[in-house]
Amino acid sequence: MQHLIHLEKITKTYKIGTIEVHALRGVDLDIQSNEYISIMGPSGSGKSTLMNIIGCLDTPTSGSYFLDDELVSTMDDNKLAEVRNRKIGFVFQTFNLLPRATALHNVELPLIYSGIHASNRKTIAEEALEKVSLSDRKNHRPNELSGGQRQRVAIARALVNNPSLILADEPTGNLDSTTGKEIMTVFDDLHKAGNTIILVTHEKEVAQHADRIVHILDGNIAEDIQVNNS
Amino acid sequence: MISILISFWENVLIALRALAQNKLRAVLTTLGIIIGVLTVVSVASIIAGLNEGFSSQISALGSNTLFVHKYPWIIKDDFFKYRNRPDITMKDAEYLIKHSKLAESIAPAVGTSRDIKFRNNSLADIGVAGVTMEHELIEGYTIADGRYFSQTEIDHDKSSCVIGWEIKEKLFKEQHPIGERIKIGDVSYTVIGVMDKRGSLLGHNLDSEVYVPIGTIFKNFGAHRSIRILIRVPSAEMINEVKDEIRFLLRVSRKLKPQEEDNFSINQQEMLTDMYKQLTGGLYTAAFGIGTLSLLVGGIGIMNIMLVSVAERRKEIGIRKALGAKRRAITSQFIIESIIICSIGGIIAIFFSFLISLVIDKVTPFPSSVPIWSVFMGLGFSTCVGLFFGIYPARQAAKLDPIECLRYE
Repeated sequence: MQHLIHLEKITKTYKIGTIEVHALRGVDLDIQSNEYISIMGPSGSGKSTLMNIIGCLDTPTSGSYFLDDELVSTMDDNKLAEVRNRKIGFVFQTFNLLPRATALHNVELPLIYSGIHASNRKTIAEEALEKVSLSDRKNHRPNELSGGQRQRVAIARALVNNPSLILADEPTGNLDSTTGKEIMTVFDDLHKAGNTIILVTHEKEVAQHADRIVHILDGNIAEDIQVNNS
Repeated sequence: MISILISFWENVLIALRALAQNKLRAVLTTLGIIIGVLTVVSVASIIAGLNEGFSSQISALGSNTLFVHKYPWIIKDDFFKYRNRPDITMKDAEYLIKHSKLAESIAPAVGTSRDIKFRNNSLADIGVAGVTMEHELIEGYTIADGRYFSQTEIDHDKSSCVIGWEIKEKLFKEQHPIGERIKIGDVSYTVIGVMDKRGSLLGHNLDSEVYVPIGTIFKNFGAHRSIRILIRVPSAEMINEVKDEIRFLLRVSRKLKPQEEDNFSINQQEMLTDMYKQLTGGLYTAAFGIGTLSLLVGGIGIMNIMLVSVAERRKEIGIRKALGAKRRAITSQFIIESIIICSIGGIIAIFFSFLISLVIDKVTPFPSSVPIWSVFMGLGFSTCVGLFFGIYPARQAAKLDPIECLRYE
């Protein structure tokens, strides 16, 4: 069977001075298309490292990572940038929008780096903003938007290049609980629309939205369970 | 190709947006660039102005005129070497007139200075030149009022004089000068002509001169003086040929042995042009030196501020990289920003150059205009500085680890 993500014996070792820190100790993980999966774990568990590797922001010390049947674990910086651009939509805890740019321009960014012409770019970005119901805010800058609206802009930006997967790192961490719930329904809707979503979180409530929860502990997968959300 | 152009334009917009956020810093950063470009362009425009003035003045000397003098115009070695030379005399001039086949005309002249007086008006230290018939022709002036000397007046040392425009204005004011008698030193001369306005030649006011028949100078003011001989050459191309002939004739008439050096000098306009070129060349070198130094200092300033900018915007770099910006995209973003900062500096500098040039033109006696090549050169240099000094910070930015950058607050 074809996997969207296939991780095989992934390890990551950091050297801090002379001390070696084993952040991941041989992780095997398969994720299918259109899965809705949460990765949980306390801080220091290796959860962030795993997310960075899945997000192609980092490469493993050993092991292989196939994304869409493409071996990405050995790619160089520029190739990884291309993969991130085409296949991965990031949603961060702190939104990570460019403060000086309008919502629309922020959403356009991934399109700029995939070389799409300015006029098309605008239409595509506007469509993405419409999906998160923010069309009326497209010319506002991040500091003119509420936390929830900012995160919606970030989600629109993650969606805009039709990525293979959306990788959300603590997407509700900086939001109050009401807004957090609103954002989670956006993810739920995206999943229903056929997107693959990986949530990285330490909040049980957030993790419960997914169909599958993977627990990371001390650099290994401690638990991998299917959730019945019906 | 099209996508390169698009991303270039995109980067220009990004850079302008970033610079708008830090306007003062951007302008202060470019100070070195501004000073560098300003120096070069201003000096270029001053020299361009001088060139114009100089060439119009020097052409009054005539590119087809030779001047036989006791001294060369430009003395680079020992002055005393030339002092012991025999004076140039009327005998030399007469010999040349008699034997030269190539010269178009030959005019001996001799100068002195005297106070001149008309009734109660007097002018001190006025240049008085003794001339012959050919003088008018060679120097190419015209008579505004009255007439020039006749051959008889020259031959018989008549006490007549032709006066410059300014002399007439100052000495005679409203009165008609022709036929009036003036005192040159202690000697009375009759004014027979007034010259047209001539302007000045290398700082020497040609309108404040008095011409008299050459013989009267020797008769009235002393015979022991070295004269100059003006030689008109048929065309500028023949100047060296004529020069050789004159040299040969003078050596013969002065009975110089082959191993002896010339004991006279044949001067020409070219010597002044050469000296002028050397002088302005020196100015250019100095300006380029200062300009290059300021551009260097400015460039280091740019590099510094770009490094600061990269450090400050690590978060932005992280975001862009996470969203798929390749190294090249980040590199060109920061290089273009650096180029734009420097170009703005260049534009500011050129604006001020025009201002300075305008002020010089209006306030000082020198003409001044900004040559167009210096504008392009100024812009070109500042752009190159931006490119060169932007490369290192931009590469630093491109190499940054996206994870580290995203963590940065």
